[in-house]
Amino acid sequence: MNELFDWEWASTHLDLFARQLGQHVSLTLLAVAIGLLIALPISIYVHRHRRLYGPVTAVAGVLYSIPSLALFALLLPFTGLGTDTAEIGLVSYTLLILIRNTVVGLDGVPPDVKETARGMGYDDRQLLWRVEIPLALPVIVAGVRLATVTTIGLVTVTAFIGKGGLGFLMLAGFRNLFPEVAVLVGLVLSVALAVLAEGLLLAGQRVLAPWSRKGVAGA
Amino acid sequence: MADTMISLRDVTKRFPGAARPAVDRLSLDIEEGQTVVLVGPSGCGKTTTMKMINRLIEPSGGTIEVDGTDVMRQDPVRLRRRIGYVIQSIGLLPHRTVAQNIATVPTLEGWDRARTDARVRELAGMLQLDEELLPRYPAELSGGQRQRVGVARALAADPPVMLMDEPFAAVDPIVRARLQDQLVGLQRRLRKTIVFVTHDIDEAIVLADRIAILNIGGILEQYGPPEEILRAPANAFVEDFVGPERGLKRLALITVSDIELEEGPVVGPATPAEDARRMMKETGFGWVAVIEDRVIRGWVDEPMLEGKDRVEDASPRKFGAYVTPADSLRKALDSIVASRTNVAVVADRNDRYLGILTLERISREIRVPS
Repeated sequence: MNELFDWEWASTHLDLFARQLGQHVSLTLLAVAIGLLIALPISIYVHRHRRLYGPVTAVAGVLYSIPSLALFALLLPFTGLGTDTAEIGLVSYTLLILIRNTVVGLDGVPPDVKETARGMGYDDRQLLWRVEIPLALPVIVAGVRLATVTTIGLVTVTAFIGKGGLGFLMLAGFRNLFPEVAVLVGLVLSVALAVLAEGLLLAGQRVLAPWSRKGVAGA
Repeated sequence: MADTMISLRDVTKRFPGAARPAVDRLSLDIEEGQTVVLVGPSGCGKTTTMKMINRLIEPSGGTIEVDGTDVMRQDPVRLRRRIGYVIQSIGLLPHRTVAQNIATVPTLEGWDRARTDARVRELAGMLQLDEELLPRYPAELSGGQRQRVGVARALAADPPVMLMDEPFAAVDPIVRARLQDQLVGLQRRLRKTIVFVTHDIDEAIVLADRIAILNIGGILEQYGPPEEILRAPANAFVEDFVGPERGLKRLALITVSDIELEEGPVVGPATPAEDARRMMKETGFGWVAVIEDRVIRGWVDEPMLEGKDRVEDASPRKFGAYVTPADSLRKALDSIVASRTNVAVVADRNDRYLGILTLERISREIRVPS
């Protein structure tokens, strides 16, 4: 084992791992947050104007299907190496998942609940924020979970444009700039991060939607 | 004469693409404090009519006034907060607790916490909802409980008008009957103006002060008190819709106190057996009721008096059951059929004798229009 992995090197570079892990987390959080900021209003609009659902998901679908390396390469001439390019790519991959889940979540709100809410005097805005969004929340959060885990994987690819978080460790390991152990650390940490994010969001979903445990509404 | 609370004038609703209007020039006045039941076959526009009152559906023509104001001139949101609304599936907010659901309109109206809490508790009591249900979610309730939460929620801000669209159709018949009784009891106290939609004529008979019978296309076939609709259906459609057993159904609407009782054969405990025997023959009943200080002790017949000097020596037998003045004639009829004496004995709650009802007396009541 000692011949294959240089644990000595690993133990003296813990601060590097921590830094890359931090970068990985912040790239992911920023991408999902921006993705939500874009996807939520679009989803709400599309939910009310149904004809747009097809075109909007088609565009998001095209973005989603572009291979990540190619997308970053295409963006390079315009936005250069660094965070902007990385985030544009990462955000565009979250959109399809977030828009689709949000619209499906809003569609799943029982019509009789909306009808009585309206009948009792909720206006459009109150209906959206107090009834539709809360009831769609389990499905929206499920989308956030999926988008987050996907983004954690994709962040590693941004190593090719000078970012990468834990991906940087792997790339440097492949290129023998670092000992092979860096690849292993990058891999283990990114998988652990994905599992942790999944667990946290699942727990968050339960806290945000305590009623859904009783087997009603939503997902 | 009470004021008109809801007034429909030539109200018409055409849905886009439909060949015929769903509601065609319907006019209807609903008095304040009354329960009006809209009843008719599916496609008669009863639900459409109801939803036009709170503008969930906008009329294509005609005017609807609530409390003297044209609904089309009001902000729909303000209008709806003054109108309680209950539908068949109830539509409780699944993400809100029972207490939060009941507090929906008070919350929208910005009531303070103490006032809202007090109101929620008051309503829970009124609808016999256990307070331990208040922190639960709707999914944890039974069908009947959900229905009652729906009614409590609609009553929360004390709206003068309630719209109820088949609110009891989804629960089993036993629970439904109980909910109907509860609504009747509640309404006796609260005196809301209720518009209730159902396809069930029996439910309409139980609940309504007035029934509006609608035909396909929102045609008003008859509008009147249940008793009148059963006694004198306006036409073949109404007669057909009301169905068989009209007479029996009417009996459920008339109470014992509504009709004159017969005195019946009555003797005191000290009456000589001879006098009692003579009374049995003269009245043709073959038995006499034994009354002491106006309280019923029982009855005796000819064989029981054999060899006895006075009525009380024959140890009178108890009547199987009495009916009270508040009972319906239907219950009295049931009592007659079940009794060995072929009459219903009417007594007050303290067993004080009031008179008797016979089959002849009741059938005369069904036949002769009052």
